[in-house]
Amino acid sequence: MSYLAAHPQRVAALAAAHLELVGLALLAALLVAVPLGIFAARSPRGGPWLLGALGAIYTIPSLALLAVLVQAFGLGFAPIFVALVVYAQFMLTRNVVAGIHGVDRAQVDAARGLGMSASEVLLRVEFPQALPVLIGGVRIASVAMISIATLGGYVGGVGLGVLIFNGLTLHQPQMIVAGSLAACAIAIGVDAVLRAAERAAR
Amino acid sequence: MKPAGIRFAGATVRYPGSARNAIENVSLDLRGGEVVVLLGPSGCGKSTLLRTVNRLVSLDAGKVYVDDRDVAEVDEVELRRGIGYAIQAVGLFAHMTVAQNVAVVPSLLGWERAAIAERVDALLRLVGLDPAAYRARRPSELSGGEAQRVGVARAIAARPRALLMDEPFGAVDVVVRAALQRELVRIVAELQTTTLFVTHDVDEAFRLADRIVVMREGRIEQVAAPLELLDAPATPYVRELVHAGDDVYRRYFMRGRAELRPQ
Repeated sequence: MSYLAAHPQRVAALAAAHLELVGLALLAALLVAVPLGIFAARSPRGGPWLLGALGAIYTIPSLALLAVLVQAFGLGFAPIFVALVVYAQFMLTRNVVAGIHGVDRAQVDAARGLGMSASEVLLRVEFPQALPVLIGGVRIASVAMISIATLGGYVGGVGLGVLIFNGLTLHQPQMIVAGSLAACAIAIGVDAVLRAAERAAR
Repeated sequence: MKPAGIRFAGATVRYPGSARNAIENVSLDLRGGEVVVLLGPSGCGKSTLLRTVNRLVSLDAGKVYVDDRDVAEVDEVELRRGIGYAIQAVGLFAHMTVAQNVAVVPSLLGWERAAIAERVDALLRLVGLDPAAYRARRPSELSGGEAQRVGVARAIAARPRALLMDEPFGAVDVVVRAALQRELVRIVAELQTTTLFVTHDVDEAFRLADRIVVMREGRIEQVAAPLELLDAPATPYVRELVHAGDDVYRRYFMRGRAELRPQ
């Protein structure tokens, strides 16, 4: 705790950078996962195959994936950003599919029968009802991403991982503790906010 | 507005992987404003036939015409917005209020907000629900009968010239069903809309129909006015279905009909 007490601004700045990294990665991940999820929900053959592939990617150890990404993108922001986007795909896409499949088929039949186009059925009926499930996926993905993002400190990236890995190198357990506690606090806070959002969307 | 005519000409549908046609060479002519009930057991093709009208099911052979326009050549979204649609499972949109559900088709058609609000209230009253009490409710706060009333209001919201109803009262209890049937007869008479109604309930068919179409295994067994069905069943199947010759049934069916349709 003493490091945190002595350098609150440094910890706060790294925490802000950490949150920014996760936020941007989440946004990018959603831009990919929502269309993927819609495709998977619509495609009885391609859907399971796609989710299986994303699940397989999800099982790759994060350090191994980072090593490959560093080869491709060099050190810094890019490898950890890409790693987060890749990891989030499985959790997000799966929940988009679950959300859409969870919508009562009678509502979809009625929507089509009353004259909604395919995109109107999606936007007016399926998506609003899939939203709580999607937010649930965002919540789980965010918490996981906040933790994985600390590996960014290992590949010269940004965020609270810098404290943790510097602490390891410099034998400064206080730094490790400060970085870890801050990451936990962010995770708990984000989880609480998204839980509330999930409830509000119901 | 003039009610639409609906005409089937050799309509045939086969579902992928099925051994026989779901409907087979069905020809039938609905006059404008008529209430025609498709009657038959599960799997006889009555729902399939109904769903070819708004193209939720597409034909493998033959044609369906709405107002002499081949439905296959009309934009399906435009076609469906002009035809009311109500189903047994109701399918009210769970995230919308009762008012928003009823307003779906008028808002898709781009009606003015004030006109929609006025129409919603009028429709709720028409189906026997107090607008002030029901407008803001969610579907989860409705009983089965109330939900189906909202389903009917939603189906007729944009004054469709044709109405398709697929066992709409199949899941509500007998007392509520009788009330809904009574109101449907009144509403349809008021709207002057051509109505195609699917049921497996002979009593319901007798109560509602101008003409009954008895179906079996994808084919039409007989098309006739209810009384004619009792007096002159065309096949042994129809005879058995309507209990032709059994005076008790005859009186039972005709009394149900007379209750709803005082001449």
